Amino acid sequence: MNELWLVLTPLIAAAAAAAWPRNATRPWFLPATGLVHAGLALALLWRPPPTPLHAWLGWDALARAMLPAVSLLFLGCAAYGVPYLRLRAERSNRVFVAGFLAALGLISAAHMARHLGLLWIATEAVTLACVPLLHFNDTPRAYEATWKYLLVGSTGIALSLLGSFCLGYASRHGGGTGNLTFAALMAQGAGLSRPWVLMAWVLLLVGYGTKMGLAPMHTWKPDAYGEAPGIVGAMLAGGVTTVAFTAVLRVRAVVEAAGAGRVASLTLLAMGLFSMLIAALFLLSTRDFKRMLAYSSVEHMGILSLGAALGGAGVWAAFFHVWNNSMTKGALFLSAGNLRRAAGGRTMDEVSGMACVTPRSAALFVAGLFAVTACPPFGPFFSELLVLRTAFATGRGWAAAIWLGCLLLAFCGLTRVVFSIAYGRPRRAARQLGRQFPETLGVIAPPLGLLLLALWLGVATPQILLDAWTAAVAQLASPP
Amino acid sequence: MTDHLNLLIGLAMGLNLVALGSSRLPSLIRVAAFQGVVLGLMPLVMEPELGVLAGLIASATVLMKGLVIPGLLRRAMRAARIERDLAPLIGFLPSLLLGAAGMMGAVALARQLPLLPEHRNSLLVPGAAATVFTGLLLLVGRTKAISQVCGYLILENGIYLFGLLLLGSTPLLVEGGILLDLTVAVFVTGIIVDRIQRAFDSLDTRKLTALHE
Repeated sequence: MNELWLVLTPLIAAAAAAAWPRNATRPWFLPATGLVHAGLALALLWRPPPTPLHAWLGWDALARAMLPAVSLLFLGCAAYGVPYLRLRAERSNRVFVAGFLAALGLISAAHMARHLGLLWIATEAVTLACVPLLHFNDTPRAYEATWKYLLVGSTGIALSLLGSFCLGYASRHGGGTGNLTFAALMAQGAGLSRPWVLMAWVLLLVGYGTKMGLAPMHTWKPDAYGEAPGIVGAMLAGGVTTVAFTAVLRVRAVVEAAGAGRVASLTLLAMGLFSMLIAALFLLSTRDFKRMLAYSSVEHMGILSLGAALGGAGVWAAFFHVWNNSMTKGALFLSAGNLRRAAGGRTMDEVSGMACVTPRSAALFVAGLFAVTACPPFGPFFSELLVLRTAFATGRGWAAAIWLGCLLLAFCGLTRVVFSIAYGRPRRAARQLGRQFPETLGVIAPPLGLLLLALWLGVATPQILLDAWTAAVAQLASPP
Repeated sequence: MTDHLNLLIGLAMGLNLVALGSSRLPSLIRVAAFQGVVLGLMPLVMEPELGVLAGLIASATVLMKGLVIPGLLRRAMRAARIERDLAPLIGFLPSLLLGAAGMMGAVALARQLPLLPEHRNSLLVPGAAATVFTGLLLLVGRTKAISQVCGYLILENGIYLFGLLLLGSTPLLVEGGILLDLTVAVFVTGIIVDRIQRAFDSLDTRKLTALHE
């Protein structure tokens, strides 16, 4: 039952943080919980406990392949959170810390949810736990972003509930007993009523796709990522999106077992390519470096969707990419937070020459840019190469060609923004603000650590992860 | 039994049209609340043999959808001192027509889908589809935050209707969790509506345009 502590520890810590009286010491709950959670997740990665087939919540191969990445990302964000919240000492961080910890517990629950209803409950709860994090900056813009996040996100998640009901009805119509665990649904396989399965797939893909931020349901993303503090953006881009991706994979496995795998693959392929295209086009026009990260996230969700569409080796590559995406997005958002504070602005028009003002953060941001645009030797290069090879091997060369075109455009768009804020003459405002926000070890080490992890994943992917991803692919492919 | 149920569903579908046609926020809130109460009664009519379970679900739904949530919305409305959604993106007449078309589409859709014998004569599936469509229409077509929340409530009502198809075969824990989540969602939305009102001095979501490309 060790895996239950992945859910309970953060939730208990959240309650304790909410009750903690001192604003100054409360942020320490973050790294403490992060350490426990990461330790537990890594221990479970090495020694996975057996999961009963029909357990509602369990450390199965899929959770094992994904959750440790989120756990490591959280640890990085949590370490950054202490110095960050010290800079924001004038504000109460009670709701923020509690919400951040609760989000971790609920993300863990959603990754381990093996029941259709439980998965939905956990995903919706994650969405809600993130709301107070988004408007922590307390500006009208932050409230606007929160409103859009809530409205688009709630509608999407409501549609996924409808989709879950449809899948439940498909099972009942096919003579199911009302056991809505994914294992039971996969075992029912072709017995599921096909029209209902297709309906469920469309609704669930739209619903969880909204949470992932696949185009055209990505509209909340630039606003939310642009307005949220860096650590929240990192957790949203590298943690919450993975929850929705796990959900899509679990549902897709059921749809495939029901004999509609081709439809599922085609829709995933189309949405993946569309997301990459939209992201590439917006990356060429955006001038705000935090919104830029959001579009980059849309692009990477497109890559995950493409990988999932290709099946087999593509799904394996998608797991690899989940890890790379979480680490690089973490490094980028945290260093972007440093830049944003010291620059006092967020667009290319307001910010330049950050390499002189905050040299370390700027260096990290530029290195992160190379990582996220899949330059070797960082991890994303290898995972994207693998998706590409799978696309060619499965006869989808045209998709690979479109994708490569989008990657090129995205590269141009990203380098345009990043170089223009990093180099050139610094503005006067930034010179003064830069002195107020020195680059302490506390705000440099976490993004550096995450970037090094992305590098390590690229040059020496640990054997245990390779095995975990293979096991997860096997779990998705075969009905129990 | 199916007749009683169909009567209630028909009532809920009629309320959809009333919601689409009403410009005054208090009446929109009242419609959403009344629809919630109608929905809450359905489990009692559907499966009398379920007894305690149906009673629990029914009373929780009526309490939440009929009293707590509308009360919250009314408070927000009074704080914002607005009564009407005067300039919707989709006018009242077009949205009524769209709603009626959606209702027909829902019936056509329900005929295409295979149903269990016990659901063949019920209006649950078309009712659910039409209500979901109405909710989406209100979400997209209205400009005041409170009307959009009402749209979301009606969307949720549609999903609840569909969920009734699975009544008895989903565990109580799941039903309870779903209800809890949705309630918290509306609470959180209420808080954000309040903050938007304070930050922008308006609940017109068209004014939320600082963020764009």
